[in-house]
Amino acid sequence: MKSLWSGNEATARGIYEAGVSVGSAYPGTPSTEIFESLEQYPDVYCEWAPNEKVALEVAYGAAVGGVRAVTAMKHVGLNVAADPLFTASYNGVRGGFVVITADDPSMHSSQNEQDNRHYAKAAKIPMFEPSDSEDSLLMMKEAFRLSERYDTPVLFRTTTRVCHSKSIVEAGERETVEAKPYEKDTAKYIMTPANAYARRPFVEERTRRLMQYAETTPFNRTEMNGTKIGVITSGIAYHYAKEVFPADASFLKLGFTCPMPPEKIRAFAAAVDTLYVIEELDPFIETFVRTLGLDCIGKPTVPEMYELNPERLREALFGTKPAYQTLPEKHVARPPALCPGCPHRGLFVTLKKFKNAIVTGDIGCYTLGAAPPLESIDCIVCMGGGFTLAQGLAKAFDASGRDDRVIFGLVGDSTFFHSGMTGAVEMIYNRARTKIVPIVLDNNTTSMTGQQENPGTGMRMRGEVAQVVPIERVLEAIGFAVIVVDPQDLDKMKAACDEAVKSEAPTAIVTRRPCVLIKRLRKARRRCIVDREQCRKCKRCLSVGCPAIFFKDGASFIDQTLCVGCTVCLQVCPFDVIKMAPLEVKA
Amino acid sequence: MSDVTSIVLIGVGGQGTILVSKILTHALMSHGYDVKMSEVHGMAQRGGSVSTQVRFGKKVHSPLVGKGEADILVAFEKMEAARGLGCLKQDGILIVNDFEIVPLPVAAGRVPYPDGILDALSDKVRTIAFDAAGTAEALGQTRAMNVVLLGALVEALSLEALNVRDSVAELVPEASREVNLLAFDAGRDMARARL
Repeated sequence: MKSLWSGNEATARGIYEAGVSVGSAYPGTPSTEIFESLEQYPDVYCEWAPNEKVALEVAYGAAVGGVRAVTAMKHVGLNVAADPLFTASYNGVRGGFVVITADDPSMHSSQNEQDNRHYAKAAKIPMFEPSDSEDSLLMMKEAFRLSERYDTPVLFRTTTRVCHSKSIVEAGERETVEAKPYEKDTAKYIMTPANAYARRPFVEERTRRLMQYAETTPFNRTEMNGTKIGVITSGIAYHYAKEVFPADASFLKLGFTCPMPPEKIRAFAAAVDTLYVIEELDPFIETFVRTLGLDCIGKPTVPEMYELNPERLREALFGTKPAYQTLPEKHVARPPALCPGCPHRGLFVTLKKFKNAIVTGDIGCYTLGAAPPLESIDCIVCMGGGFTLAQGLAKAFDASGRDDRVIFGLVGDSTFFHSGMTGAVEMIYNRARTKIVPIVLDNNTTSMTGQQENPGTGMRMRGEVAQVVPIERVLEAIGFAVIVVDPQDLDKMKAACDEAVKSEAPTAIVTRRPCVLIKRLRKARRRCIVDREQCRKCKRCLSVGCPAIFFKDGASFIDQTLCVGCTVCLQVCPFDVIKMAPLEVKA
Repeated sequence: MSDVTSIVLIGVGGQGTILVSKILTHALMSHGYDVKMSEVHGMAQRGGSVSTQVRFGKKVHSPLVGKGEADILVAFEKMEAARGLGCLKQDGILIVNDFEIVPLPVAAGRVPYPDGILDALSDKVRTIAFDAAGTAEALGQTRAMNVVLLGALVEALSLEALNVRDSVAELVPEASREVNLLAFDAGRDMARARL
């Protein structure tokens, strides 16, 4: 049956059809829907792990245990998981093992733009690059066969546009894959220096054999039309190039790009007059083509930054400018904001009152605390960095003698389990003189990626009840006194911050209130309403940055369809003109 | 690639652009077209602009619609029409919902909501503007404004053999099937009168 599936849905189907038994992943845009789709195939055990390194190790362990296993993450997730990946390359596998990296050109939902194809080369493992949903399904199945045949992890590198665009796919049946018997094999699975040294030539030999595969695999496909123009391309760029070049251009579509097929590339180059290399982000293929002594048109004619598209390619290659109309004066930006009723709002409103404080943030919805009008965060670098950046700043102030500042270090609940815990240990172990208050923003979900479960929520991926790992008890065990507070109660929130700042002992805060988007928590909600006659136009309520609050016709106004009655605006109103609306009773 | 038709839907997170593109692509696929659809996830739920792009024809390569490439642009909100205008062909059709969703900078009183948007749009491109929200509200479900706009889009596509109505019936929740079918028909009538 034909279906219109996103790359992520097709990837999940490929995993299912490949007979995979175990999957472990950490959510991250644009990869998240792979496991959200995989969850629908009961034959595959799948889970959200605390972080990408754990996920990769669990999946790898399952492969060592003899079954096919998969892990998925966004591009920056692979930075976290790189350590086991590089050694798994030496160990090899028993059951097939595939690592999915979903890169985000143009940084639609990311903090940087990195081309993770370099990881395949650096870890000396084979790599597939799907161009669409059909590729995603077929290449995923081939990746598992290849993994077992060549005794190697396989990198499956996809991108936002492949993940999130839908194209037509024909689904097949699930392959029956017998688990391989477990056998102890220490020379292969314990990389002591001596074993690793001995294993090293195997890795090079494997790459040589994989080069032969690259020459013959149908996923590296020549489409000969004319001989004037030849285009070597991969990933989504293949489809853009097909739109942009004339009908008589020939193509070498590389679906398997590590290691590269030198003979195929030489033969293709020899058959055409002018050779182009069209790829998104870094000159990964192009660099290889040039090492073969072949001349080509590639970077920087083809932009090396941001997502490509047919229009950018046409302009870069042929100078064609599209004709279109614009009305820039008729639209203003729609910056994303914390939702009405977001529990994080109360914390940011409170932190803004600490004029001498520095706030280090982290990755999640609460990154939006940096945006106007809240503007409560000083710096953010990566997942789990909210605590450790604070620690580094404190050490800097210790050294420079400016240790009168207070630093608030923020991480979310999922981020705490991801890599915030180790930072909390660092703060106790190498305690700074400068005051740091670590705060865990516990909204009981992994919200930014679509409300996934995590070790603190009491549920697993498929909704099974799980033992809760209590954040405050972890912090206490590490050595903190812990204040748990409802961030929506502004007086209590302020008092908690004051107490933590004043405390001699290391003191952490857990702000606890569930995300308003968690479906299982939606209940009859109250609304706040402004007495517009009495409104004194001070606009203090606008300072909380709530999308439900407007200033119109000379007074504040709360959109009753957006408000969920969190009362943060009511609490900041100095004139008490915001009230709770009467509870609506449904007939 | 003249045998490929490109459609862009633009709106604000939560307006139901994705459901509309699901229904449309379902109908196009049932009709035997090659179809691609693209959307960017991420911050949409938090009040940002959202855009879905649909391309169909005998064989479609790129899932993306570039500047000046869309045959039809459907804007679920007035200001979003101005934002998305650049993707429309000079001789393309703009369908715009005469409906405002105030963004944060406007809500905070820092900038005004732009005025005269519809007139400015009509000066630039062939524009079909109507109050899809009002139409849907009159049918008893404001949320169905997305399906009203779908009806207008299908009318503008003028593909007689394409059966979108059945796809509407199949893909909307059963409880709101009736009202959505009425909304779809109302959208077609609205556009037919203005084309």
